[in-house]
Amino acid sequence: MVKHIKLVGIDKTFHTKTGDVTALKNIELDIESGEFLSVVGPSGCGKSTIMRIIAGLESPSAGTVQINEQELTGIADGAAIVFQKDVLLAWRSVLDNVLLPLDLKGITWFDRGNHITNRKKAIDLLESVGLKGFEDKYPHELSGGMRQRVSICRALIQDPKLLLMDEPFGALDALTREQMMYDLLKLSNKYKFTTVFITHSIEEAVFLSDRVVVMSERPGTILKELPIELVRPRDNKTRSNPVFNHKVHEIRDIFQSQGILAET
Amino acid sequence: MNSKAEANRMISTKDRQMKSWKIPKSFWAAVTLIGLVVMWELLTVVLAIPAYILPTPTDIGVRLFQETSMLWGHTWTTLTEVLLGFGLSLAIGIPIAITIVYSKYLANSIYPIIIGIQCLPMVSIAPILVIWFGYGLITKVILACLISFFPVVINAVNGFNSLDKEMHDLGRSLGISERKIFFYFRLPNALPHLFAGFKVGITLAVVGAIVGEFVASERGLGYLQLTANARLDTELVFVTIVVLAILGISLFLVVHVLERILMPWYHANKAGGGQ
Repeated sequence: MVKHIKLVGIDKTFHTKTGDVTALKNIELDIESGEFLSVVGPSGCGKSTIMRIIAGLESPSAGTVQINEQELTGIADGAAIVFQKDVLLAWRSVLDNVLLPLDLKGITWFDRGNHITNRKKAIDLLESVGLKGFEDKYPHELSGGMRQRVSICRALIQDPKLLLMDEPFGALDALTREQMMYDLLKLSNKYKFTTVFITHSIEEAVFLSDRVVVMSERPGTILKELPIELVRPRDNKTRSNPVFNHKVHEIRDIFQSQGILAET
Repeated sequence: MNSKAEANRMISTKDRQMKSWKIPKSFWAAVTLIGLVVMWELLTVVLAIPAYILPTPTDIGVRLFQETSMLWGHTWTTLTEVLLGFGLSLAIGIPIAITIVYSKYLANSIYPIIIGIQCLPMVSIAPILVIWFGYGLITKVILACLISFFPVVINAVNGFNSLDKEMHDLGRSLGISERKIFFYFRLPNALPHLFAGFKVGITLAVVGAIVGEFVASERGLGYLQLTANARLDTELVFVTIVVLAILGISLFLVVHVLERILMPWYHANKAGGGQ
C-alpha cells in the first residue's frame, strides 16, 4: 500500500561522457495519499527523473525516497507507470496488452491474464475509455490517442495505489489531449489512486491537479508548490473559473521571472 | 467519447478495403518472366545458337523432366547439407548473439572480431576444410554454416539491441526478471531482425553447400554441374541451375511464410505491406 510518499534531500547526478550532469538538486517533496500532484517545468529540468526515482527505476545520488515511512530500495511496489510513448507490444492484441502486467506478475494460473475475472476487468477498463469492441485489434490498427488509452488501462489493471505519468499526452494532438484529461479525471475519481503527473503544459497541470510543483531549469530544483483549490469534479467550466486563470498566470509569472519564458 | 466516432470511422474504412480487388503484384513479375523466356527461346532459334553454348528453354525443360529421379537424388544431398549447415549456424549463432547482447565484455571483444571475419570471403576457407574434414558431408555442412553464420548473428544482435528503453523500463517497473523481459519483450521485438538475417542466411547456406561440392564431393547439385560442365553438357548445366533456383527460392519462401505466420502484426504495420 502506497500511502504517503516523502522525498528527502534528493540529488541526482548523471555521469556522462562529456562530464557530470546534475539533474536534480535538493528535492524535498511530500505526496499525500490520493493526491493528484503535477510537476511542471521546462524541458530537461529533471522532472521525468523525479518520476523515475519515485518508481525506483533510478536511484538518487543523495537523499532518500520514503513510502509509508519505509525507505525505497529497488522497484516501488504498487506503482504503475504511463510513459510518454505508449510502449504497447505490437505482437499482442489490445486485450492482451492490457493483461500483460498480470501475465508477467501472476504466480499461479489464477492470477494470470487468461483468467475469466481478469479478462472481464480488462474489458471493463477498455470500455470505460471508449474502446469497447477493440479488444482483438492490434496496436497498429489504433490511433495515437487510442493507443495511449490502452496503455493507461494496462497501468490501471494492476490496481495501482500510485499512478506515475510521464508526459503521457505529450505526443497527442490538442483535441485528443483534452479528451484524455477528462478521461483521466474520471478514472482517478473512480479508482482513487495517488497520481504524480509530469508535464510541461501549465494549463494541463492546473486543470488536473490538487497541487502543482513548479521546477527550475537544470539543475532542477523546486521553485514553488501551489495548491489548486478548484472544486471537483472538474469540467469545461473549470477553465473559465477565475481561480484557474489566476493559477495559470501565477505559474507563468514564475517562469518569466526565471527567464524560462521571455516575451521579447 | 470522441474515440467512439473514431472507432466507427475506422471500421467503415476497413469494410471498403475488403471490397476492392486488385491484380496481385506477382502477376506482373510472372508476365515479365514468361516474356523473357519466350524471347530467349526465339533468339536461340533465330540466331541458330548451338546447344552447347546456349540451349533453348524447351530443351532444358524436357531434359529436366527426363532426369527427374537422378536430379532428385542430387538435390536431396544438397538440401541436407544446406539444412544441416543453416541449422548449425542458428544453433550456434543465436546463443552467441544473446550472450553478446548481455555481456559488455563479449560485445567489446568477440563482436568486432565477428564483424571483421565476416569480411573474409568464406569460400576461400573451403580448401582447408577439405584437408581437415575430407570429402564427406561435414565439409559442406561446415561451409554452409560458416557462410550463413554472420548475417544470422549480426542481425540477431541488432534485433536484440533494438528494444526501446521505455519498453525495458516498463518491464522493470513490473518487477520482473531480465530473463522474463527477454522472452516477453526482447525476443518478440527482435523477430523482424532475426528473420531478415534468416532470409539472407538461408540463401547464403545454399552458396556454401554448392561451393563445397565444387571443391570436394561425389554427390549433389554442385558436383553434378561440375561434371556436366566438364563433358560440355551445357543442357544439364542449365538444368542444374534451374533446380538450384527452385531450391533457393523454395527455402526463401519457407522462411518468408514462417515469418508471416509468426508475425502477423508486422507486415500489416508497414506502409504498403497490408494491401
